[in-house]
Amino acid sequence: MNTNTLMKENEEDWTLVIKPSSGLFDLQLKEVWRYRDLLQMFVRRDFVAVYKQTILGPIWFFLQPLFTTITFTIVFGKIAGISTDGIPPLLFYMAGIVGWNYFSECLTATSNTFTLNANIFGKVYFPRLIMPLSIVVSNLLKFGVQFMLFLLLLAFFMFSGSKVQPTWAIALVPYLVLLMAALGLGFGMLISAMTTKYRDLKFLITFGVQLAMYASPVIYPLSTLPEKYKLLILANPMSSIIELFRYAFLGEGTFSWLYLGYSTFFALAILSLGIITFNKVEKSFMDTV
Amino acid sequence: MAVIKVEDLSKQYRLGELGTGTLSHDINRWWHKIRGKEDPYLRIGETNDRSTKGNSDYVWALRDINFEVKQGEVLGIIGKNGAGKSTLLKLLSRVTAPTTGSIKAKGRIASLLEVGTGFHEELTGRENIFLNGAILGMTKAEIRSKFDEIVAFSGTERYIDTPVKRYSSGMRVRLAFAVAAHLDPEILIVDEVLAVGDAEFQKKAIGKMQDVSRGGGKTVLFVSHNMEAVQNLCTKGIVLQNGRLVQSGTVSESVQYYLSNSSKMVLSKTFDAESAPGNHYAKLLSVKVVNEINPSGLFTTNTGFSLNFSILNLIDERQQLDFTYHLFDERGILVYVGSTGASHEPRFYKKGTLNIKTSFPPNILNEGVYTIGRLLFVQNRGHILTEWNDTLSFEVLPDSGGYLGSQGGKEGVLKIYNLPWEVTYNNQKV
Repeated sequence: MNTNTLMKENEEDWTLVIKPSSGLFDLQLKEVWRYRDLLQMFVRRDFVAVYKQTILGPIWFFLQPLFTTITFTIVFGKIAGISTDGIPPLLFYMAGIVGWNYFSECLTATSNTFTLNANIFGKVYFPRLIMPLSIVVSNLLKFGVQFMLFLLLLAFFMFSGSKVQPTWAIALVPYLVLLMAALGLGFGMLISAMTTKYRDLKFLITFGVQLAMYASPVIYPLSTLPEKYKLLILANPMSSIIELFRYAFLGEGTFSWLYLGYSTFFALAILSLGIITFNKVEKSFMDTV
Repeated sequence: MAVIKVEDLSKQYRLGELGTGTLSHDINRWWHKIRGKEDPYLRIGETNDRSTKGNSDYVWALRDINFEVKQGEVLGIIGKNGAGKSTLLKLLSRVTAPTTGSIKAKGRIASLLEVGTGFHEELTGRENIFLNGAILGMTKAEIRSKFDEIVAFSGTERYIDTPVKRYSSGMRVRLAFAVAAHLDPEILIVDEVLAVGDAEFQKKAIGKMQDVSRGGGKTVLFVSHNMEAVQNLCTKGIVLQNGRLVQSGTVSESVQYYLSNSSKMVLSKTFDAESAPGNHYAKLLSVKVVNEINPSGLFTTNTGFSLNFSILNLIDERQQLDFTYHLFDERGILVYVGSTGASHEPRFYKKGTLNIKTSFPPNILNEGVYTIGRLLFVQNRGHILTEWNDTLSFEVLPDSGGYLGSQGGKEGVLKIYNLPWEVTYNNQKV
């Protein structure tokens, strides 16, 4: 009798229950943690595989932002003559580009999560959240490398006597990186979840990110904008981050707790929305992709 | 102790293209949901029968499946293409979620749905072992501790630091299977992945699978079209048909059920005297193919079989009557014609039932699906009185030691191997 009831208790002791759908916030973070080695593998794969069989290899990490900066300097600085608030144009543009790149690459890479990995997702289970997280992490490494380049450039200009003055706001930079990651991840996951069913978004994203860059102070300082456009540009949650980034290292730019608060709020909102949608879709996306 | 419990499991799929209609259905579904009503598209949906055209865009790939698997059992999942086997495996391996119902399990489930998932062309064999292992759910430490074993099992030591894109397809599969085979889960799902690789590697793979189930008390779910393989490896079986579970029991019961119920295999037919096919000369009462050695067993190349016919002769005259059958292979090619006319004197029968039996000896036919067609009731060695077509259909399975049979296609229709040879050798310089 006793053993019988014991057996019954054992029977109910399931370690895995597969059900149609779970709660909105059932993120199974415990499982994500259990698969942390996989995240590391994906990051490694992204890093090692991308530059295999290229001559310059990881130097491409430097060349991309460098050439973009030079192009921007010539086109927007010299030809169009847009003000850089008295900051050396090379530094001005590179600060914007390095930051923006991190955000936009997180976003575009994450937004392909489901469609690009359909063949893996269709065969093996692992917490799908691992995939976008690994993208954010490997882009963080890439950002780190490009950030070094920016610091080198900054040091060079400071020694050669330019009037750039890093401020106390440097302490906020890690937080800014976190915000950019959250924004990129949030938008990316939201879009990736929706593209499994509606492919229309795929077309939107390629030029959408580009347009968003022009609607942020990457190529012009916020201070030179007329009042009526300022609010519009500040609606872009990346705007205050880019401005603050510049303010921290170059001493020029707009700094406002209000704007930063707005970006923080926006990032949290889009991240939650992204995670919820992603989580909802991951269970059955194989049927619609 | 049950390690897997499947309760009322169903999976619905939407057919056709997902396009402009998707959004309106989604909105309708959402509208029902916020008013607390049932999903309108769950009520519709038809059983999944590919060949008939249905009215609904929604089909049930699986419907109300219930079964349990106990620890250490090897469960064979049997069914035709489209019966729902793959869907069931996908649900079990959490690739997609069920529409209703639940699956409960104890311990880690790993699937060999398709080996080599996530292999990256540019990475070396070593790097891919770690990547693939991690995708399948192993930690880095686990992989490291089994690394040498994996490499030895795959037999690719020499290439381990070469990018996988330089591997032959065989090497890739060996490496991938080696990783998967060392997963060490409590529950292992195996689809017909073993159909790849050469004979030697297949044996290795089968051995590993048997070790897993017999030695470690692990539970295995095995899906294959090869009934011989299922019967050899499994202890229990379930049969799926059009998304429903139609039979469960011991593996031989399930295999028998499947073979006698699948539309391709017709091992016997019996008719009433009124509805029996034929004409006013003769009617066919029954046909039956029987394993000569073990009447309830499967047909293999070394068992042989007997054909039993029962014919109602309706003419009460003395006639020169003969009986002929045709044996076709699965491509419809005539393999053999058997006729009483070849070895019997013409017989004279009165009105009544004729029971005819003929034996087909073992070790003549290779494996394959064979059909008995064109049964002829002949008078005067040429005048066909009655003809019956496509009466029986049965599968002859390979009898070789390799449980999974030869996957390289069968070697001809005939199995006869004791034909005489003569080889002469000429030492002349060329």
